[in-house]
Amino acid sequence: MQTPEPARIRTALADATFRAYREAVVRLPLDVLKVIADAARTETSEVARGEFANILKNIKTAGELGVPMCQDTGVPVIYLTIPPGIPFTESLYDAVAEGVRRATKEVPLRPNVVDPLTRHNSGDNMGEGMPAIHVTPGTTFTVTVLPKGAGAENMSRVAMLLPSQTDQIEKFVVETVYLAGSRPCPPVIIGVGIGSTFDGAAALAKEALLEPVDEMTADEAELLAAVNRLGIGVMGLGGDHTALAVKVKTAGCHTASLPVAVNIQCWANRHATVEVQL
Amino acid sequence: MTGPVVQLTTPLGPEVLRLHAGDRVELSGLVYTARDEAHLRMQKEGIPFDPKGAVIYHCGPVIQDKKVIAAGPTTSARMNELSGFLFDLGVRGLIGKGGMGATVREQLIGRGVYFAFTGGCAALASSHMTVMDVFFEDLGMAEAVWAIELDRLPLVVGIDSNGNDIFGAARTHAEAAFKKYQGP
Repeated sequence: MQTPEPARIRTALADATFRAYREAVVRLPLDVLKVIADAARTETSEVARGEFANILKNIKTAGELGVPMCQDTGVPVIYLTIPPGIPFTESLYDAVAEGVRRATKEVPLRPNVVDPLTRHNSGDNMGEGMPAIHVTPGTTFTVTVLPKGAGAENMSRVAMLLPSQTDQIEKFVVETVYLAGSRPCPPVIIGVGIGSTFDGAAALAKEALLEPVDEMTADEAELLAAVNRLGIGVMGLGGDHTALAVKVKTAGCHTASLPVAVNIQCWANRHATVEVQL
Repeated sequence: MTGPVVQLTTPLGPEVLRLHAGDRVELSGLVYTARDEAHLRMQKEGIPFDPKGAVIYHCGPVIQDKKVIAAGPTTSARMNELSGFLFDLGVRGLIGKGGMGATVREQLIGRGVYFAFTGGCAALASSHMTVMDVFFEDLGMAEAVWAIELDRLPLVVGIDSNGNDIFGAARTHAEAAFKKYQGP
């Protein structure tokens, strides 16, 4: 294929970013809806069932009115896949930023991005290194938006375990959820990154949140069962579902290392992917 | 266990003393939003509304053209040490998420209750709300005190006026469950 005009790429990517952001904050992916609905059906605590009813009604209301389901519309975390033929340049970053600015104004999103030290709010969700953009090569040109709210993000942790401590991974995951208590708006979805480096494990944990949550490996299901034995329950009110899913991603690591990261996500595991139309 | 949904309208009276932790309530009438900054201001300058039977909502709403766009609850525990004076002046209820500490549980005994509203449910909340007034607007949109008329907002009693605390019970359960990972 002919390389499209740079201006055309920029407009199309900005538009796709805007649409993905709006979709992400208004509607949950089907796999996320499924695990919430399944949990609501099987929950045995009457109080928790009432909370699930509110969550389901909230999702429906947001979709019908086309408004964000939660007032914390997060910080912009963006994943791009770039096919051969699309030049990887600074202009792609500018296009994504333009889409985020437009979404902030038009959806609207809450302006959440501030300078980390002065705490000055830019007002348009822009900042140094924000939006956070992660790029991988692919066969199609897509943009994925994962708006990350602070309540759950603040409860996330990284541990540099010893290579001999693979049996401590479950404890670290359960401990992270235990320490978080009601604060991340449970039932949570848990992304776990095992291996890579200090920063790489955290990146894996966040990417794990994008994996389908309605299917789990035996190991993931075992971690989920361990977390749910805590009984923190929906919003900390007790019950069977402290978490809805655990997703694990692994990568090679140093023979002397065992990095483990746990990225907590609230029940609103918001993300949306849009193909860039050229 | 829990019976039918209890209908309540503010200002609340001694009927709140009959509520039990776990009861489902639909609350109507005026409530007042307040976060950290508003609590500090009210302690210093007084409460800008009649506190008798009032209900405080821990919430920093998004308001546009005097309309509630999104108004989910914020974490109540931040107000653990800031709430006592409210009950002394007649406040009967708090609404928030995540529950509160032992201090507030004690302060509520014989006086009022803590209602939980489901975290993240901003769209649902706004569909039950009308803005009536605003105080301390200089604190900014999130920290100002908004007088909001509720129309049957679905809540659950998290802490009742007899010291029963569902959040506390869940915390105790979690603590016991986590013990198995801790060494001898």
